[in-house]
Amino acid sequence: MTKTALLALLIAGSVTLAGSASMAEMVKYKVENDGIKASLTGKAGDVKNGRKVAINRKKGNCLACHASKHIKDQLFHGEIGPELDGASERYSEAELRLRLVNAQMVNEDTMMPAFYKNTGLTRVRKKFIGKTILTAQEIEDVLAFLKTLK
Amino acid sequence: MTKYKTIKTARSAIALLGMAVFASSATSSAMADKMDDYKVGDIHSGYVYTAPSTRAMQDDDFENPAFLMVEKGEALWSKPGPNGKSCASCHENPEEDMKGVSATYPKYDPKTKKMMTIEQKINREIVEKTGGKKVKWEKGVMPALSVFIGLQSRGMPMNVKIDGEAAPFYEKGKKFYYTRRGQLNIACKHCHEDYAGKHIRADLLSQGMANGFPAYRLKWQKVGSLHRRFRGCNKNIRAEPYKQGAEEYVNLELYVKSRGNGLKMEIPAVRR
Repeated sequence: MTKTALLALLIAGSVTLAGSASMAEMVKYKVENDGIKASLTGKAGDVKNGRKVAINRKKGNCLACHASKHIKDQLFHGEIGPELDGASERYSEAELRLRLVNAQMVNEDTMMPAFYKNTGLTRVRKKFIGKTILTAQEIEDVLAFLKTLK
Repeated sequence: MTKYKTIKTARSAIALLGMAVFASSATSSAMADKMDDYKVGDIHSGYVYTAPSTRAMQDDDFENPAFLMVEKGEALWSKPGPNGKSCASCHENPEEDMKGVSATYPKYDPKTKKMMTIEQKINREIVEKTGGKKVKWEKGVMPALSVFIGLQSRGMPMNVKIDGEAAPFYEKGKKFYYTRRGQLNIACKHCHEDYAGKHIRADLLSQGMANGFPAYRLKWQKVGSLHRRFRGCNKNIRAEPYKQGAEEYVNLELYVKSRGNGLKMEIPAVRR
């Protein structure tokens, strides 16, 4: 195998391993009326995986800041943001999608991280540079799960 | 004689009665009074946000694991460096000579024209006065000396100077505090100003006050510097941390300490 081919393989491998979206893979989205109407992936979200991603401390980590009566298997829910329950009654799906993608576009001062953003950030730790916190599909999955929390 | 005795007995009876009444209503107010020692107006020491069991460790010097470091620092104080001189050669009575010193750091250093932390000052003294080599911040000599010196300011108000030559460094530290950073894109102020007193998961957010550092942290199982704590915060938000003693952290230390000016020094505190 030539050196170039090996290098190409290594790069391809690292992109696959990275998990979160790299800069090249970023999905473009359109913000209108305080929301993002279209699914980022064109696919429906997976509720089951959405629950996993929401709970995972290295992924959504939603419970760090929010509480939910429907996630009782997890102890210690945060007190920073509003309860997750009923979010889909307070906001439309498009509005929720924008709040997951980048809540700072709605409220400039919010503490809520932008879960689908990889530029315009300051001093990101090396291993996370160019990566989003969640992938586009994970955003859709969390959104689907969120809609089940009444 | 009898009369005196009677009065005395009556007095103590009244006193006892008073105490009983006081005691029954006092538990909670005594607790509040005790907490007042750790507050200045709306400014609260990290002590207020720690668990009662952690506070109890700090309250008792025999229970506080950092006192092993204090003892080590006390022994090091009179240990001669390569040139035969020790700290004690110039500061014979550390209890008096070091009183209040830690409460005023970081301080402007005319030599480097920058702010200087107590750790940097200790290192300078080691090199210039005892002929020794600089030591690392987190193990051995440094934590021992920094808590031993820090202890001599315990109970005194934190009092860092932010005007005059310190002013531009204060401004830089302040800017750091309010700048979002890391993949999570969060600023110091989000946790420690906007949401102090609220839980992030199981952790109670504090106001991020620095009057107890260097402190013994249960998480570390050892004494660590304030800059080590800053590094932990930065990593939590997925931001690239700076090294201990980096200018960015020195300026941040100045700003953070100025926010707590007036709080009583608690070195060595015990924290989560």
